[in-house]
Amino acid sequence: MIVKKTAKDTIAALATRAGESAICIIRLSGSASVKIADRIYKAKNGRPVKQMQTFSASYGFIIDKKKETLDQVILTLMKAPKSYTREDIVEINCHGGIFAANKILELCIDNGARLAEPGEFTKRAFLNGRIDLSQAEAVIEIINAKTEESMKIAAKNINGKTGEKIKNLKSSVLDVLVELEASIDFIEEDLEITPYEKIRKKIEDISGEIKTLIEDEKRGEIIKNGLKIVIAGKPNVGKSSLLNALAKKEKAIVTHIPGTTRDAIEEILYIDGIPVILTDTAGIRKSRNIIEKIGVGKSIRHIEESDLVIMVIDCTGTIDKTDLEIYKKIKDKNNILCINKTDLGCIIKKSDINKFASAKNIIKISAKHGKGIGRLEECIKNSVFDGKEFNIEDRIFINNRQKNILKNVLTLLKSANDAMKINMSEEFPVSDLKIANNLLGEITGQIIADEVLDKIFSKFCIGK
Amino acid sequence: MNTGYRKKNKHYDVIVVGAGHAGCEAALASARLGLKTLILTINLDKIALMPCNPSIGGVGKTQLVLELDAAGGQMAKTADETAIQMRILNRSRGPAVQALRAQIDKKEYEIEMKKILENTNNLVLVQGTVDNIIVENNRAAGVTIESGPAFYSDSIIVTSGTFLQGRIIIGKKDYAAGRMGEYPSMKLTNSLKSLGFEMDRFQTATPPRLDKRTIDFSGLQIQAGEDIPVSFSSWNKEKIFENIPSFLTYTNEETHDFIRKNIEFSPIKSGMVNTHGPRHCPSIDRKVINYENKKRHPVFIEPEGKYSNEAYLQGLTTSMPANIQQLMINTVPGLEKARIVRPGYAVEYDYLLPGQLKHTLESKKVKNLFFAGQIIGTSGYEEAAALGFVAGINASLNILQKPPFILKRNECYIGVLIDDIITKELYEPYRIYTSRSEYRLILRPDNADIRLCKKGYEAGLIKDIQYKKVLEKINNINLCIKFLTLYKINPTVKNNILLKEIGTSAVNSTTSMYSLLKRPEINIMDLVKIFAQAEKFNDKIFKQAEINIKYKGYIERELSEARKLANIDNYYINNEIDYFKINGLTHEAKEKLTKTKPETLGQASRVAGVSPSDISILMIYLKQYEK
Ligand SMILES: Nc1nc2c(ncn2[C@@H]2O[C@H](COP(=O)(O)OP(=O)(O)OP(=O)(O)O)[C@@H](O)[C@H]2O)c(=O)[nH]1
Ligand SMILES: [Mg+2]
Repeated sequence: MIVKKTAKDTIAALATRAGESAICIIRLSGSASVKIADRIYKAKNGRPVKQMQTFSASYGFIIDKKKETLDQVILTLMKAPKSYTREDIVEINCHGGIFAANKILELCIDNGARLAEPGEFTKRAFLNGRIDLSQAEAVIEIINAKTEESMKIAAKNINGKTGEKIKNLKSSVLDVLVELEASIDFIEEDLEITPYEKIRKKIEDISGEIKTLIEDEKRGEIIKNGLKIVIAGKPNVGKSSLLNALAKKEKAIVTHIPGTTRDAIEEILYIDGIPVILTDTAGIRKSRNIIEKIGVGKSIRHIEESDLVIMVIDCTGTIDKTDLEIYKKIKDKNNILCINKTDLGCIIKKSDINKFASAKNIIKISAKHGKGIGRLEECIKNSVFDGKEFNIEDRIFINNRQKNILKNVLTLLKSANDAMKINMSEEFPVSDLKIANNLLGEITGQIIADEVLDKIFSKFCIGK
Repeated sequence: MNTGYRKKNKHYDVIVVGAGHAGCEAALASARLGLKTLILTINLDKIALMPCNPSIGGVGKTQLVLELDAAGGQMAKTADETAIQMRILNRSRGPAVQALRAQIDKKEYEIEMKKILENTNNLVLVQGTVDNIIVENNRAAGVTIESGPAFYSDSIIVTSGTFLQGRIIIGKKDYAAGRMGEYPSMKLTNSLKSLGFEMDRFQTATPPRLDKRTIDFSGLQIQAGEDIPVSFSSWNKEKIFENIPSFLTYTNEETHDFIRKNIEFSPIKSGMVNTHGPRHCPSIDRKVINYENKKRHPVFIEPEGKYSNEAYLQGLTTSMPANIQQLMINTVPGLEKARIVRPGYAVEYDYLLPGQLKHTLESKKVKNLFFAGQIIGTSGYEEAAALGFVAGINASLNILQKPPFILKRNECYIGVLIDDIITKELYEPYRIYTSRSEYRLILRPDNADIRLCKKGYEAGLIKDIQYKKVLEKINNINLCIKFLTLYKINPTVKNNILLKEIGTSAVNSTTSMYSLLKRPEINIMDLVKIFAQAEKFNDKIFKQAEINIKYKGYIERELSEARKLANIDNYYINNEIDYFKINGLTHEAKEKLTKTKPETLGQASRVAGVSPSDISILMIYLKQYEK
């Protein structure tokens, strides 16, 4: 049977990702949801789904084609238009594991549903006007969420927190816009006009808030995708030992032979709830060995892709050309220098390192004995969050599209401010601010006609 | 295409109902295009009346007047003819928002306009109250007037202002009237309704007029006009106008207390008016109630004419009982002994929901039936005139079987005005503001002729020599910009001293005049004067070049936005489209689009409740549909 895809047909999908939870949910959305459910479900109390109240649950069995019971389930019904997609939704919670869940899904499809495309429920919710664009994006991120922390971030957005925040920013821009705009069209009125200086201050405040959002976005990205840390350094300085010390297990092979690690080793771990993807690399040196050469090349690539590089230096040796060369590769990145093997007594001092690197992130450790690892973890955290206490709960994270729009808004705000600085008349900063206002409206998907004029009338006494 | 349709007893090509600002422009446009035109109006002594403020222009409205003028309209010329004071508004601001405001001698304006109508070929004026529109085969066919006779024509333009079921309210009294002292038109509404048109009611009001001789001007602030040459019409030579001043006074706590004490007589409390009035013209009663903390409100005392002793009280609009109005105005400084000669009043009237019109102002329901002016929900003489003009041209072009005259919102304020009223839901009489345009910095008063002349020429209302003049201007501006690019200033001591004299910093390498003009503090006339090049082009051309150079970044950004809009505004939507069949549109969008029946994708995007995602879905649908 060829099913033509239309936005009207009924779609079905597993709502929980396989393997993540003991309970699997099969979700149906569309006008035929109830009909399909009634074909495959028998309630214990005998009442068909058609007669269920909206937002009520029912206990019963899924019956397959051979009239055999497939699974015991809880079925919930959410009728249009108050459901998530504004269509009839039926959810079947089954306990029989992923195998049973897939069977039930197949049954739904056999009975007329179409397998939903990724994000299609959300798309319907958006198209049916149930949620605004930033909420829709948040849902899509939930679907793609990887770590637990990022689930929290996504959950915040879906509450409309980003939307709320952007709405607040937009309303501040609108306020400024209204002040300036009123003085143009209503020159003949007796209006109290705010001086440029005050307006510029306001714009700077708004810009500050947007900058924080963009900064937080970077951090949000890290929390969602994991902080990529690469351990680099010369051979035999204790890189693999450090990986093991941070991972708190013997993941990498440690020997006294320089060049032990040939290929990068990856380990996922958590530092204070921050997911970290830690990569141990092959020691960097000039080598004739072809395998080692490839390893070194890879190390350099890893460094380039990382968020943070930990360079390990063996304190029992000397700082040589190779160290300086390695440092050159990492100096423009977020970096921490670890002076290792301090238990053996140091020949290299912090001051030697300060000759070529700034004193900020130098930490003495002993990877072998787990000394200084706590301080290193602290330092890693600080390098991401600037030493500030970073509380996921009260931060607002934005996604890439939103970030790009906000960057444009920042440019426009600056342009408006510059125009006022050289005393250009109101219509010029307004020209920037109008676009900024519309861009912010684009984030939440709400663009309101005549809002400036309406606000002028509500704010000022117009009419001579 | 000739349908072969012929009307029995056809007398005229075009009939215009009403002779206000919309009717005058409509009739003049069609008569000047060579069509036999009839104006039917209730009273031939009341042509081009200004029943409210005695002025034309202002911020935003100036653009309308100038655009109208550039395309071949009348208002600017008659305003120039009859102005008794000209003021430049927003002078300290950029060229895009500067404006002219004229105090007009009302009576003279009426006389002048009537003279022009009476002396225009192809134009006939007849007194009569139209009570019925005759429609045949879904086309406008003619009208009947109350006294009996019928007149037949190919096209009809209804410009009946506030006269449809007009009801005047003053205090707790109300009676049927079009304007104070004039008969209303009670039957035309029913004729329109029976044709299937949707009507609603709006309200507007006007302040009392005083006997000038009873005002004590001695303590009042004087508001004089300009003493430099100006003009509305770009075809007229600029001149220094007569300068009869206005005066400024303020209400005070006493006024406000008095109003509060008598608020029961105000429609706010009395319930005599419960339709929407314009927010830009609130009554003094409303201002006092809504802005409790405002200690005073300005009152401008404006002359109504050279030979009239009547003075207009801008800011004191009210429809309280006449005796209360009298006592109220006597609390205002300067007006202690002033006598009201005409009380203020409110008028409530039927208007036709303008969503039923196309961009040409032809109704979607009945072919060749056009509407313009206050009857379609606008406010203001300038707005009415602009609409009348567009309706008049299109009524004619229809008959001549020529392509329609459509002004787009990215070209001019008239385009903004039309697109707004036919697309948005109106909650009050519509007035133009510069903020209504997305392209304020390119739709300037100073380039109205450049923007609109070609349109007027193509429509047939601009003569060859006029059009050539504008083309020449455009060419000269380009030459001037080129000249300014090529003219280089060397960093000599002498040059740098000169530059310092005009208030700018020195140059340290060879610099073109063009790049110097980018400096905000530099004025082109200063620059060309010190380098002795001022005779090269006339001042107007220099100034145009300067605007183009100085605001290039802003102008280019808006031009590119305007071009983007043109893309979707030129995307026409088939009338027959069934929005409920388009999957993916939100229910709200389906309803709104079905109701509005937008003519283009651009217009659809401006319908309230239609989101950008609806538009992309619609566009995809239309693309499939085309194939
Ligand atoms: N005493 C002491 N020995 C250490 C310490 N860290 C590492 N070592 C020793 O140094 C040697 C090399 O350690 P690895 O961790 O394999 O060094 P690597 O940098 O990974 O070496 P390659 O993979 O060859 O580049 C081993 O013998 C470790 O036991 C330390 O803190 N103290
Ligand atoms: Mg190793």
